[in-house]
Amino acid sequence: MADKKLQIALYWGAACGGCDVAVLDTNEFILDVAAVADIRLWPIAADGKYKDIEAMADGELDLAIFNGGVRNSENEHIAHLLRQKSKLLVAFGSCAYMGGIPGLANLTSREKILETAYRRNPSIEWGNRVVPQPETKLNGKELEIPKFYRRVYKLDQVVDVDYYIPGCPPQPDRVRETLLAIVKGELPPKGSVVGAFDHALCEDCPRTKNEKKVKKFYRPWEIKADPDTCLLEQGVLCCGVATRSGCGVRCPTSGIPCRGCYGPPPGVTDQGAKLASAVASIVDSKDPNEIEEILAGLPDFTSFAYRYGVAASLLQRSYRQ
Amino acid sequence: MTKTIVIDPITRLEGHGKISIFLDDQGAVEDCYFQIPEFRGFEQFVVGRPLEELPRIVTRICGVCPASHHMASAKAVDACFGNEVAPVAHKLRDMYYNAHYIHSHTAHFYALAAPDFVMGPDADPAVRNILGVVGKVGLEIGGKVIRCRGLAQEIQRVIGGRNTQDIWCLPGGVAKPLKPEELEQIKPWVEELYDFTVFSLQLFADVVLNNPQYVELILRGPYTLDVHSMGLVDDNNAPNFYHGKVRVVDYEGNEIHKYEPKDYAEYVAEHVEPWSYLKFPFLKKRGWKGFVEGIDTSIYCATPLARLNVADRMATPRAQEAFEQMYATLGGHPSRALLAQHWARLIEMVQNAETLKAYCADPEITSDQVRVIPRTITGEGVGIVEAMRGTLTHHYTCDEQGICTSANLIVGTTNNNAPIHMVTKKVAQALIKPGVEPDQGLLNMIEMAFRAFDPCYSCATHSLGKMPLEVIIYRGGELVKTIKRNC
Repeated sequence: MADKKLQIALYWGAACGGCDVAVLDTNEFILDVAAVADIRLWPIAADGKYKDIEAMADGELDLAIFNGGVRNSENEHIAHLLRQKSKLLVAFGSCAYMGGIPGLANLTSREKILETAYRRNPSIEWGNRVVPQPETKLNGKELEIPKFYRRVYKLDQVVDVDYYIPGCPPQPDRVRETLLAIVKGELPPKGSVVGAFDHALCEDCPRTKNEKKVKKFYRPWEIKADPDTCLLEQGVLCCGVATRSGCGVRCPTSGIPCRGCYGPPPGVTDQGAKLASAVASIVDSKDPNEIEEILAGLPDFTSFAYRYGVAASLLQRSYRQ
Repeated sequence: MTKTIVIDPITRLEGHGKISIFLDDQGAVEDCYFQIPEFRGFEQFVVGRPLEELPRIVTRICGVCPASHHMASAKAVDACFGNEVAPVAHKLRDMYYNAHYIHSHTAHFYALAAPDFVMGPDADPAVRNILGVVGKVGLEIGGKVIRCRGLAQEIQRVIGGRNTQDIWCLPGGVAKPLKPEELEQIKPWVEELYDFTVFSLQLFADVVLNNPQYVELILRGPYTLDVHSMGLVDDNNAPNFYHGKVRVVDYEGNEIHKYEPKDYAEYVAEHVEPWSYLKFPFLKKRGWKGFVEGIDTSIYCATPLARLNVADRMATPRAQEAFEQMYATLGGHPSRALLAQHWARLIEMVQNAETLKAYCADPEITSDQVRVIPRTITGEGVGIVEAMRGTLTHHYTCDEQGICTSANLIVGTTNNNAPIHMVTKKVAQALIKPGVEPDQGLLNMIEMAFRAFDPCYSCATHSLGKMPLEVIIYRGGELVKTIKRNC
């Protein structure tokens, strides 16, 4: 790879733009990348047309970095195209890795989503029955928009993925290290999570930890938690125990509990199951009624256990083939 | 034989934007549609979530301007919890948000807008970008821009712990106070930012206002729209980005509405078209009248210029000076010159910096009483802030446990969906003439129309300032010509 410049593409699916900002937040490092690589596609910075990708030979790209999940037909089309044209495909950020926050939509239905957005909201024009359609004919002219799928998919449910970089968004230092490793060809086995550490967040959290025994859970607004003690010990649900480190512990050091954006730690298949077992082990009671009462302090547990990973969870039984 | 011109994709809002232009037999523009092809459905999937989690979920609507969603959501949640908020928390949030404005406006002006003016609207696309601008104005200024945008980000990180995908607001206040030593760290940065905003204003005067061609383009080009203006104002009718009432003023300067955030649904409604996932807000009391201009229209803009149009004055002295100078040049207040958005943006930035200076001198700002524990749950709340790209409304309802039961969001750029659709068509009609093949310079002139709005799908282009564009011309289904704007 040393004598020939790397051919790189960056592209997005159902994303918010935060992953692209994370790449840009590596600042002058981008110029270093540009020195050793040709950035063939990066819609935020360069010409990013589907036709340009289609015109490439298969495998012409060395590396394609895809952020965002797969929410509609256009996202899926691009994912297939990049897989075909690139030797390596990297799922970048929580959405591509696990479906991300837009994956919370998988807890409801497409019909409800469309009904709410276009018919039921209080500011919708009175009497509106119109819902956007993939194809519209207007005065003999055809207008097209992509098909909105029934659910959100993580990238590897649609195409084969070589590496995963977690984070919402990935921490710029990790992005820098990972891109350097790729440039040098120092890559771990296919399927690895890169750009993160091999232990749980708690190991890097500076809050002091003692014995965890919880009689009552508090929602973050119900309590002024001690700034130096483990949040979970104080009864504030923090997902650090079920989360891979790599983010820099930005939330717990700001007085805010972790919500798991870096995904499960190594060896854990299902992040939510891990969190559930951690919570179960700290409930300080043997009485079923009291246990139920204590756990009632954790409403909507699913959205904490799988804030970024509904699409990746074992709850999601049917993968579309 | 009909020709179709498709510009796809421009860049993002929640995904991509697309422009479809239909030409008649003579080659004149018959119709033009500005389409948003993506949608994610936040309004439904936040239902069932504990309210206090919403401010850190909705930030994923946009990762480029997440602080706007964080603040609007925090305010809606505060209202659901009875609006008991620690006074210093409001000040800290406002401080944080003014820093966020400087970061965003700097990125937009220098990376996105400046290439058109510094390099020229029809300059070679290879140099019409931020690198070209740096080449022309010099590395020293380029370095200053990068440094100051970074400082604005750093101020947010010091105050709120993170500067992308914000986490800091909780019902009743914020999660951590600003320590005295952190304030001391910020103070010199704020001074530097103030100097930078005044410098930017001068740069605009030197590069744009000293060029009669640009002034002509701003004042008399096709870039005007006879629609109304919306923006948040304080008690003195000066712009406020974090707090206030929404004021709507027609293009002759008459106040149409002034409303409290909680009453928004009486004043604004959203029209749906089958060919775009993005809704089209309009003034509800006037009813949907279609994509029409004129004094009776129900269409409005919510942009930097709109915010200054609805304001009687600026909130701070140096910004006020600039405000008076701008409207004198534009021929009076309010103005319909859409390209003056860029100027308005710089004036807002001066107010942002002056506001930050005032907070730095406020002895209360380092108070540790930054949060009160709410005692009531009212069941409903609306939060409105001015996102950089327009008035942002979050409206939630909840049950007695504080679990979200419904959400309605009217996002900054969405307000401008109808005007952007209209001005794109207007500029296309003015520029695409029968018998003249559209070239890249012309495409850029069309882009300049919606770029003035700083729509959120251009957010992501902020950093390097390049909107990828392609026009494909078909004649009877057969490809005739492709014009590409490469990097």
